[in-house]
Amino acid sequence: MEKHKKILEYTLSSLLRRRYKNLAIITVFSFIVAALYSILFLTHSLKKEALTVLKEAPELIVQKVSGGRHDLIPTDYMKRIQEIYGVGRIIPRYWGYYYDAITDSNYTLMGINGTHVLHSNSKDNENYPSPIPLPQGEGARGRVKDVFSDENIKGLKLLNGRMPSNRKECAIGKGVSDVRFTGIDGEIFLIDSKGKVLTFHVVGVFASESAILTNDLIVINKDDILELFGMPSDRATDIAVEVYNELEIPFVASKIREILPDTRPIMKGEIIRTYETLFNWRSGVIFTMFLGALLAFCILAWDKATGLSAEERQEIGILKAIGWETGDVLELKFWEGIVISFTSILTGMIIAYIHIFFLGASLFAPVLRGWSVLFPPFRLIPYVDLYQVFVVLFLTVIPYVASTIIPSWKAAITDPDTVMRG
Amino acid sequence: MMLHPGVLSLITGSLIVIVMMIYASVLGVKIFRKWNVNSSSAEQLSLERKTYLVSTIINYVFGFVILSVFLFIYTADDIHRLFMGAMCATGSLNANPVGWKVLYTKMVVFFMSAVWVAFNCIDQRSEDYPLTKTKYKMLLFIAPVAILDAYLQMKYFLGLKPNIITSCCGALFSEGGTGVASSLSSLPLKPMVIIFYGIIGMFLLNAFISLRFQNSISKYALAMLALIVFFVSIASIISFISLYVYELPTHHCPFDILHKDYYFIGYPIYITLFSGVFFGMITGILEPFKKRLSLNTIIERAQKKWTVLSILLILIFVVISSWHILFSSFTLKGY
Repeated sequence: MEKHKKILEYTLSSLLRRRYKNLAIITVFSFIVAALYSILFLTHSLKKEALTVLKEAPELIVQKVSGGRHDLIPTDYMKRIQEIYGVGRIIPRYWGYYYDAITDSNYTLMGINGTHVLHSNSKDNENYPSPIPLPQGEGARGRVKDVFSDENIKGLKLLNGRMPSNRKECAIGKGVSDVRFTGIDGEIFLIDSKGKVLTFHVVGVFASESAILTNDLIVINKDDILELFGMPSDRATDIAVEVYNELEIPFVASKIREILPDTRPIMKGEIIRTYETLFNWRSGVIFTMFLGALLAFCILAWDKATGLSAEERQEIGILKAIGWETGDVLELKFWEGIVISFTSILTGMIIAYIHIFFLGASLFAPVLRGWSVLFPPFRLIPYVDLYQVFVVLFLTVIPYVASTIIPSWKAAITDPDTVMRG
Repeated sequence: MMLHPGVLSLITGSLIVIVMMIYASVLGVKIFRKWNVNSSSAEQLSLERKTYLVSTIINYVFGFVILSVFLFIYTADDIHRLFMGAMCATGSLNANPVGWKVLYTKMVVFFMSAVWVAFNCIDQRSEDYPLTKTKYKMLLFIAPVAILDAYLQMKYFLGLKPNIITSCCGALFSEGGTGVASSLSSLPLKPMVIIFYGIIGMFLLNAFISLRFQNSISKYALAMLALIVFFVSIASIISFISLYVYELPTHHCPFDILHKDYYFIGYPIYITLFSGVFFGMITGILEPFKKRLSLNTIIERAQKKWTVLSILLILIFVVISSWHILFSSFTLKGY
């Protein structure tokens, strides 16, 4: 034990003696590590953010498909879906995107109105009892997870004001209020599908904890949105369906496909999996791009380790002459690798942490987060996990160590007399 | 599926391991064919130097393999969200059953390279390197397994399709099902507890005997018992230890105990079990080599040290895994 400690001590002092050469390696190494960690940190945070939002999403969304494209869904379909056992509340959703030419940005518009909600627990639906006993009352109703239902909107933290209750009123997201220079009691005008200007009175401004949810959002009355988009009154954008038992979701989805062949039911699980895959894929692509840089780094490490200066050779020669064995010199080189790798990993991790969580991921955000015009401000939740550390360790330290084995061995077998003489 | 950061790093790591293993094996064959301790030719000197290179490479490979076992399980755990029906690593491994084989080959490579490192350790302590030829013959067995492991791993990740509906631990390790996992889960509780503690007791008793009396039989018995302890312990983890950790009489998963929700208790359990079993086995494996005069005392000393280590590790394993059984409010008396 004492011996290993002494060798480590010698390693540290010898690294310090050649600090500029080692600093070069550490700088490049840290840069590579920082790049990889940045990707991991950022994707992880984005993934987490997306999953938090999706946790509140409805279990099942039914869209109408016409000619392979998403189409407005007739509200009559709700009654057909209602006939399926195990289905809870059915909520028609009215929403769409609005391109605002003045500010060059896209808004998400959403209409709210509670009157269309069908409720399987209500009295007129007693003919369709749920196949399994379910908790009734408040608890059961609390399970309705729909971002766009009135219930949830109320749950979001409104910075100021209230939700629109009358026509020509609206609640807007922070991003919208910023680009349109308006706030509570201000006005916002939107141009409808016929080219007519509609003016809305702002009664609330959102400040969601997760700005990703409401930044570009404008909530207006359902009738207003029908007028704005020129939608027929018996159509909705899509239908959110609550399913009591999570295990029955795929079955209910297939039932809906059977009853209404022109629809496409989308399960929450599918959306979550798509997001997972998407983010993994994105970070994987950038990782692959960095493999080239990693290879270049390994060549550099190999080169640095091979090109021993005459001075270093002499040093090893002297060590061997005074009784060090080949194994000891190899251990010295092993410690050298460990010290350099861990210094670089830690430095790289700190750089990446600052880059992502303090500087807002300025380098990678455009590639990793997707594209939209009105971006929500980024406040990523810092999160470091052992798995990320492992992944980067595997991708950087192992190639580095592997590429220095042969040069270190070559150095270790040097004959003392030849070097000292030469 | 390939473009997951964890998968990429596993594959990169495996490729490096393969390259290193092949290089070491080529050197190994050269050394094995031309090795002659009594010669003092330049060739023998260069061979002796090359043994340092090979042993450094295998030491590193050993380190990488240990890391890759954990990274593999961790990655399988991480990608479970991509599969319908998966809730932990079991689900991801079921999504493409090759995954289980990868896990087994990784364990085999782990044990083989550990044995190699132990042989190397003994060999280098002796003046005339008597184990050199044996060592390099062994390399030729480890390399194919490492290559097989990398191949299976590649096949596993390439064969993962996100639309697969898989079954997770709840289904695989259920008492009603068929197959090895289910039969392990449905092992009767009481006899299993008795067998587990009985085998561990026998192992410890034997270890003490072999410490006290230096006879070969106790060493071989120790190695055999270590192997039995390994399988019995894995069966016990699935059959009853996990139940106490989860405090759930129906949940038998051997991977969920690695989760944060259970305070990562699985890591110390598996690490102590694996290393304890290894140290128990290696004492027996090295026993036949004691006949060589130059190795007798070295091996004896090492055996003593390893037996003590094995006793300690297995004791820690038993204490950790019994902790929940003794101190949690959960009881299986009704079962």
